[in-house]
Amino acid sequence: MTVHETTDGAAGQGGAAPRSARALARARRLHALARFWRQYRSHRGGVFGLAVLVVIALLALAAPLLAGEESRSVTDATGGALEEPSGEFLLGTDQFGRDVLALLLWGTRVSLMVGLLAAFLSVAIGALVGITAGHFKGWYATVVMRITDWFLVMPTLVLAIALSTVMARSLWTTILAIGVTTWPTTARLVRAQTLAVESRPYIERARALGGGHGHIMARHVLPNVMPLVLAQTTLVISLAILTEATLAFLGLGDPTVVSWGGLLQDAREAGAVSSGNWWYITPPGLAIALVALAFTLCGRAIESVLNPKLGVSR
Amino acid sequence: MTPHDTHEEPAAAKAAPGGGTPLLEVRNLEVTYARTPGSPAVPAVRGVDLRLEAGQKLGIAGESGCGKSTLALALLRLLPSTAKLSGEILLDGEDIRTMSWGRLRAVRWAGASVVFQGAMHSLNAVHRIGDQIAEPILLHGRATPAAARKRAGELLEQVGLPAARVQAYPHELSGGQRQRVMIAMALACDPRLVIADEPTTALDVMIQAQILRLIEGLVADQDLGLIMISHDLAVLSDTCDRLAVMYAGRVVEEGPAKAVHAHAAHPYGRALSSAFPRIGDLASRRAPRGLPGDPPDPAAVPDGCAFHPRCPVALDVCATQDQVLRVAGPGRRAACVRVGDDEGGAGAGDGAAVAREGAGGAASEGVSETTGSGS
Amino acid sequence: MSGAETGAVRGGGAADRAPDGAAHGARDLGVLAPDGAGDGAPPLLSAEQVKVVFPGRRGDREARAVDGVDLDVRPGEIVALVGESGCGKTTLARSLLGLVTPTSGRVTFDGKPLEYASRALKAYRRRAQLVLQDPSGSLNPRHTVYEAVAEGLRIHGYAGDEQEAVAGALSRAGLRPPERFFLRHPHELSGGQRQRVVIAGALVLEPELIVADEPVASLDASVRGEILALLLRLRDELGLSALIVTHDLGLAWNIADRVAVMYLGRIVETGEVEQVLTAPRHPYTRALLSVLPESETEPVILTGEPPDPSRVPSGCRFHARCPVLASGEAERAGVADACRTRELPVLPGSGPAAVACHWAEAVERAAG
Repeated sequence: MTVHETTDGAAGQGGAAPRSARALARARRLHALARFWRQYRSHRGGVFGLAVLVVIALLALAAPLLAGEESRSVTDATGGALEEPSGEFLLGTDQFGRDVLALLLWGTRVSLMVGLLAAFLSVAIGALVGITAGHFKGWYATVVMRITDWFLVMPTLVLAIALSTVMARSLWTTILAIGVTTWPTTARLVRAQTLAVESRPYIERARALGGGHGHIMARHVLPNVMPLVLAQTTLVISLAILTEATLAFLGLGDPTVVSWGGLLQDAREAGAVSSGNWWYITPPGLAIALVALAFTLCGRAIESVLNPKLGVSR
Repeated sequence: MTPHDTHEEPAAAKAAPGGGTPLLEVRNLEVTYARTPGSPAVPAVRGVDLRLEAGQKLGIAGESGCGKSTLALALLRLLPSTAKLSGEILLDGEDIRTMSWGRLRAVRWAGASVVFQGAMHSLNAVHRIGDQIAEPILLHGRATPAAARKRAGELLEQVGLPAARVQAYPHELSGGQRQRVMIAMALACDPRLVIADEPTTALDVMIQAQILRLIEGLVADQDLGLIMISHDLAVLSDTCDRLAVMYAGRVVEEGPAKAVHAHAAHPYGRALSSAFPRIGDLASRRAPRGLPGDPPDPAAVPDGCAFHPRCPVALDVCATQDQVLRVAGPGRRAACVRVGDDEGGAGAGDGAAVAREGAGGAASEGVSETTGSGS
Repeated sequence: MSGAETGAVRGGGAADRAPDGAAHGARDLGVLAPDGAGDGAPPLLSAEQVKVVFPGRRGDREARAVDGVDLDVRPGEIVALVGESGCGKTTLARSLLGLVTPTSGRVTFDGKPLEYASRALKAYRRRAQLVLQDPSGSLNPRHTVYEAVAEGLRIHGYAGDEQEAVAGALSRAGLRPPERFFLRHPHELSGGQRQRVVIAGALVLEPELIVADEPVASLDASVRGEILALLLRLRDELGLSALIVTHDLGLAWNIADRVAVMYLGRIVETGEVEQVLTAPRHPYTRALLSVLPESETEPVILTGEPPDPSRVPSGCRFHARCPVLASGEAERAGVADACRTRELPVLPGSGPAAVACHWAEAVERAAG
């Protein structure tokens, strides 16, 4: 790049950058991403969690190929009731003769989807409430934070059970129940971070430039709470998956879809616990634990990469 | 003449009044940092010699990033473990650099102490200030808690606060009062050397005057050695006996404070001393003077004289030839090729001088102004 | 009282204020012309009896941060508002920008009183800009230089070529070539460059007024002069008016036309820089000048810190710390009682130099 001594007026003409500004911006973003990945890689737990998630996500995507549509059907079951693991059925069969491994694969899809959507909903509500409560002080913040506190002290599970009982039994009910009950933690965290960001001088500069509430929240607060929100999302996903499993286990899930929690409940109803059908009850339990663990590990790693001293420097 | 024919040692010896062991002597101190583990080391301090007698006040001036704060921390080995030191730091003839940890701890309390800038963050918000002042006395002085508390009260009175303030928490004090508390803490174990890093930055003029007056009084009463670090040459020249101007990790000018401030021999010293105007000086009215450019990145110090890219009076030779300190008058040294050519920089300002565009022109103008009119 | 009235009496033309180097050159000689250039121009920004009172928390008394201030900034004029921290100067500056609503009194800009409806304020903020003390803090660490400078354009829905406007503002602020800085983040810049970006962000909307709060306090000595020279050049080239809030009298000497010294919510002395800073009349101004490192007069170090705005003393608000009163000089001039009991009037916002001090008035009256 050439260094040319320009006089004041002439420099204005040199609008077009030597390389397109967008290309440079893209290169810069890639660079930032690469740096993020380098730091992320140094967290062994995070790498393990990510690897597990990638494998599980691939399995979930490939479920129709690996297991086939018919494997979920009670009437088309190929095996006998409650067969032990064998060459044909690696994880044995359930009380209808269905392949437990195939059910497990199908269940991955439901668990992941419910986990992701519910966490997204929960974090979105939390971030919205947190940012607005942190930005608008006064009575609005007081009222909103009281509501948050009320949700915070309500036992999440009890509330979710109550919600799923009164609403129609469907996957969406589960997602809604989880999303609506788990947001207060996020809201509190985001509000604290918002208050920290709002005290920075660049907020006052934006106000003096004429920026309104929407501008300040969207352009200044949101990018600065994003790392927190991202880390929080991964942590809430594991919570959502556990809650989904719990609701399904308690019989409050959608009975028409196969989920890990649902499998556990089926196993309990079939008496798998008392009759020692370990292959029926252990795999879904382990899968739930593994996915929840993987998301938590990823969340912790992301948190420590993005958040070492958030607000102090970049 | 070549820049190397004036050796450094004689000048240093001449600069120090009286013989014997000085309170502090720093010889060829170098500090390098590894920015991240494994990356190449970056020099922050590149060979500094200093000498300080008890009762003397030495000012160290320079921009942020010139290594002055690193130097201050290095004197007490307060740098992070990624920093590597070489050279000698002799406090009363004892080398701090090679000292055992136990001995170093003793020195840090009783031998020398630091007053940091930003008293807000250096005080613990949840403890009463009396307890914070008494803590080192209890740890090292083997005093009873009651005696330590009494001593804390005395120290507060010494720095101009009522003894009853021992009961106060840091947030109950104003900025100037907190800085006083920091000074009281530094004095708690009767140190012989006090290092003050920007003690008055961010304070109002009136509070600054109060604090400077206090420091001066303490140094005179207790025969302390004082090293004061600042970017404000005017403040340093007002308080200190001698001044060292640092640039890119080296001392580029050194001498009696008033003389350096009034007639700096190094163009960088001249730029710093004209940065804060003297009110009533018509030459500086509506003519603020600065120095274009930024201090060099320690990882890529320019070849030749490190200052040459920003120097308003650089010669061709400056780009290639490194400059060492050379005698620039009685008790004074400066690391500039123009020093020694003739007395005073004003005449040397023309000729082959490379005048720089824009504000650089204003800066070079300022240079001749300062040297010409003086005090 | 308004600036227009004084202007009519004192004469002088608005045209003198044109950004013309030669006109300033004449003033550079430091001679105080009786009709200082531009004295007659109607003020661009003017505070009239502005008071800002913050309610006390939990039973504390209310704090009178700004306690009746008249202050004018005329087109193309640089005014320095000087005072110790806690004297209310920053609150006053914020109220002039509409960031704080005055409890009473009013702010007028270009002859019209400031409206506090959000739409009116937004329009005002296109014309008056703020530059803050800490350039590191006033740039969002996640925004590039380009985004930071273009922010104002985007807020106000700039119709022209955004990239050209940003490049122009950056190069006017001394960052050249501007394209080289577009995609940098604040942490990749030096302190001086960051402050230039903040100034560019203010310039991009082509404002008529800049309010700068300690624009160089957190910068190095070498950078300080550069930034001040930039502000001075912007005035000369663009005719920009500026109100600079500072505790640094040297800054006022370096660039300001007029100076107003503030103490505990009031302006206690005001006038042309040459006059106020070389021949100060108020004991407070004298004390401030005397403690500067290179002052030739004996330093008068005031004890204690500025008193609390929630406990404004009666009479002259400076009397408790006043060295003139303490030394008995006020007694000799026969004003000691007035100092303790009689409040001083609010000084006019512009016009000839003025001082709010019973003693100075008495001494000058005696001298004729």
